[in-house]
Amino acid sequence: MIEKSSLIYEYDGSFEGIMCCVFESYYKREIPMDIISSDRFQTTFFPVKEIETDLKKSTRVIKSIPEKIGSSALELLKYAFLTCMPHKELNMLMFLRKGFHYGPPIMYMFKDEHVDKMLKAVRHLKNESHLLKGFIRFSILGGILVSQIGPKNYVLPLIAGHFCRRYAGEHFLIHDKTHNMALVYRPRQYAVVPMCNFKMAEPDSREKHFRKLWELFYTTVEIKDRRNFKYRRSNMPKHYWKYMTEFQKGSYFKDNE
Amino acid sequence: MDVFDKLRILTDAAKYDVSCTSSGVNRRAQAGGIGSSAACGICHSFSADGRCISLLKILMTNVCVYDCKYCVNRRSNDVPRTSFTPCELADLTMNFYRRNYIEGLFLSSGVIRNPDYTCELMIRVLEILRNDYKFFGYIHVKAIPGADSRLVHQLGILGDRMSVNIELPSQKSLKLLAPDKSKHSILTPMGYIRDCIRQNSKDTVRYRHASGFAPAGQSTQMIIGATPDTDFHILNLAEGLYRKYKLKRVFFSAYIPVSENSLLPKVNTRPPLLREHRLYQADWLLRHYGFKAGEILDERHQSFDPYIDPKCNWALNHREYFPVEINRAPYEKLLRVPGIGVKSAKRIVAARKDFLLSFESLKKLGVVLKRAQYFILCSGKIMDGLTVEKDSVIRALMSKNSLNRYYKDFTSGVKYEQLSFL
Repeated sequence: MIEKSSLIYEYDGSFEGIMCCVFESYYKREIPMDIISSDRFQTTFFPVKEIETDLKKSTRVIKSIPEKIGSSALELLKYAFLTCMPHKELNMLMFLRKGFHYGPPIMYMFKDEHVDKMLKAVRHLKNESHLLKGFIRFSILGGILVSQIGPKNYVLPLIAGHFCRRYAGEHFLIHDKTHNMALVYRPRQYAVVPMCNFKMAEPDSREKHFRKLWELFYTTVEIKDRRNFKYRRSNMPKHYWKYMTEFQKGSYFKDNE
Repeated sequence: MDVFDKLRILTDAAKYDVSCTSSGVNRRAQAGGIGSSAACGICHSFSADGRCISLLKILMTNVCVYDCKYCVNRRSNDVPRTSFTPCELADLTMNFYRRNYIEGLFLSSGVIRNPDYTCELMIRVLEILRNDYKFFGYIHVKAIPGADSRLVHQLGILGDRMSVNIELPSQKSLKLLAPDKSKHSILTPMGYIRDCIRQNSKDTVRYRHASGFAPAGQSTQMIIGATPDTDFHILNLAEGLYRKYKLKRVFFSAYIPVSENSLLPKVNTRPPLLREHRLYQADWLLRHYGFKAGEILDERHQSFDPYIDPKCNWALNHREYFPVEINRAPYEKLLRVPGIGVKSAKRIVAARKDFLLSFESLKKLGVVLKRAQYFILCSGKIMDGLTVEKDSVIRALMSKNSLNRYYKDFTSGVKYEQLSFL
């Protein structure tokens, strides 16, 4: 196999960009030390090579994946792109290099470091998006359902379908604080758009009324003789609590009007 | 009484119901409607006892004409009584649902006036939700034993899952603690619901627009530890219910003493949580692992081992079955290995088509080698450096909690039945 060079690839942060890095890696017969998105780029001592996104090249790579490895590999890569795995770009490149070498069996080579990391990261992503389908809390502000989340992975594309189907007749907004993106929906139309500096409006008395009712339900439904904080934490990790109605401080529920 | 008091009282009275699952049916709203259901079920929160909160679990009313001794809502108990009006309850459900607090409604009730009247009130709530609010979310509804079958049928058409509580594991216990109920009065609606579901599955084949009857099936629950029924008896009962009544789930609820009564465990007795846990483990073995109740427990071993889970226990007592060759054994055989679950067994079967699996790849694939190592071979070899010593095997097969308990009991001289392999 080709040795690792001390090069660092810089790409534009898109999925196609990574595919162009793959193209470059094959074309130049080299494996970069790392691949970094230009918006997260920091000065380094190592030589940097800027990879321009060329749709012709990326399409060639993307087209070859289902042919040579299988459509499940392409799906895995698309998911992996949304995860928070460290060095995800390099992992995707290594996965593809091995995939082109071994063919379809790569999907079951659990022993391999890169395959293992990819599968675990995607499992984490899918798991988190499933949890958030339940943990998201909307506030009804001016007739619109508004919510904020702070997920580790970029889950918005995965949960969009679920919420659009569920609240088909509503207007709603889910803001992802980690990635500064928002899912915006109005009947039969949705978009994922960049959004920084988002701040939730003050709730009206009706909204506060239902927040209080929900907090009351939450505290009442517990069976005190079975209290088990550890079990709760393993089911619902604490970093989700910050955005959930039932765990807010007193002022969140107080009805001042 | 305002809505806060009602919510507090009627949640408090409903919380001992175990089931809060929202699984079993996939559905999306029709035009103009709101809500959907996901077959995998979605948990919306977890209460401080670690149990999932998926549905708004609530009673229509805690007024009850019955006097079941284990129940907080029994007639003779001196607690404040209240009822929701159907409108109030439907409105509350919708407001919680729109804010994504819940996946739907779990409606149960004390028996007010008579079973038929109670049923009609519940039907009214469901009608408002389904017809007025066009609600397509999940509804779990309790059938009230003794109600007219026509009313039970209506509930089934409106709800997704139905349940009839079997309450206690034997007719004798029932007679003692719930004098107003009988095995017959509980099993009749259960059988009726089963027949309706069966009929409905034929209708949906025949007519495109046949409306579903309890599409998420039916479940039941029983109280564990209030009566002297053995684990063996309870497990056999559960198996019978799955077979005869085609239940989706049987839930077990560790009895929490709510009243002082000479027939019941004393107040302040710790609920038998370990026993409940073991029953659930065995229940999983019945439903997903192809075990029979008679394999897990038998006449001579009527209770679960306090230290070792049922699957490990079975494996230790059936050593002629092992070791299992990972690269060749059929799926059913893999499932019986401690440390291999449904997911990892499926992954093994898929992965070994392409190449031989090693111990290292098993670990990456999700097999718990700590337990599995004593029972498997990879390409005819046992794991490198594996020593089968009494102490290390015990340590590997017990969970951390069990191990702590084991050493504590051992040093304090508590005598349990000897573990069979010691």
